[in-house]
Amino acid sequence: MSYQYNTGCSLNNLKGVREFIRRSLDGQEVSDLELGAIVLALDEMCSNLMIHAHHCNPDHFIALNIHIPVKGQFIFEIIDDGSMFDINQFQEPKLDNLVHEKRKGGLGIRLVKSIMDKIEYLHEGGKNVCRLTKTI
Amino acid sequence: MVHIKRLQEVGADIIAVVGEIDASSSIELDLAIAKSVGEGYKKILVDCQALEYISSAGLGVFMSYIEELRDKNISFVLFGMKERVLNTFSILGLADLLNIRENKQEAKKLADELSV
Repeated sequence: MSYQYNTGCSLNNLKGVREFIRRSLDGQEVSDLELGAIVLALDEMCSNLMIHAHHCNPDHFIALNIHIPVKGQFIFEIIDDGSMFDINQFQEPKLDNLVHEKRKGGLGIRLVKSIMDKIEYLHEGGKNVCRLTKTI
Repeated sequence: MVHIKRLQEVGADIIAVVGEIDASSSIELDLAIAKSVGEGYKKILVDCQALEYISSAGLGVFMSYIEELRDKNISFVLFGMKERVLNTFSILGLADLLNIRENKQEAKKLADELSV
């Protein structure tokens, strides 16, 4: 099964992204907590991309694909043509440092890495593809 | 989309958060806490009973106040979180850095104890 959702890079569209994921995974026997974590990880990835690669320009678009090849295995792809924002290249800040520096950012990457099994970046057909996999 | 309401009860400022906090709406939570701190409240409770979702942007807001609250001796307690919201705090280990209680009564009790 596959699902696709396209959206402009306005942060106001994140709610639509979350609703799309919840709808697509409905009936997949994913627990409320696991679904919540998946929605969270993809929200973090999309908002990072919207902010850092597209400067929240609503005329720039990203696509989110969900593939479910077999029951319990989920492949999420976020596709865009902005500058590559590879979270594997970023060092996760330590919690103590965030508190001390009163920083509001930096937690999203830690969340995504905690929730997803694998995060890969590919370049296909002139587009950036961030592929996240999760097996439940 | 988030709605934030504030009400005062026996010396405590209660910030009620209704809806979803993400990168587009975390600024509203930030402003509400800043206002409460700025008005000099020594006990601030955050009512999360109607908080349906929080992303790292919202978590970051709470994190960014931890030192200021400590420096100003402000008792800050969150309460009434749904399991999936609490799970987001737990994944990052924030549940240990913040005061979180199940209900308002327990939150008030802890705020009173912390402000002694």
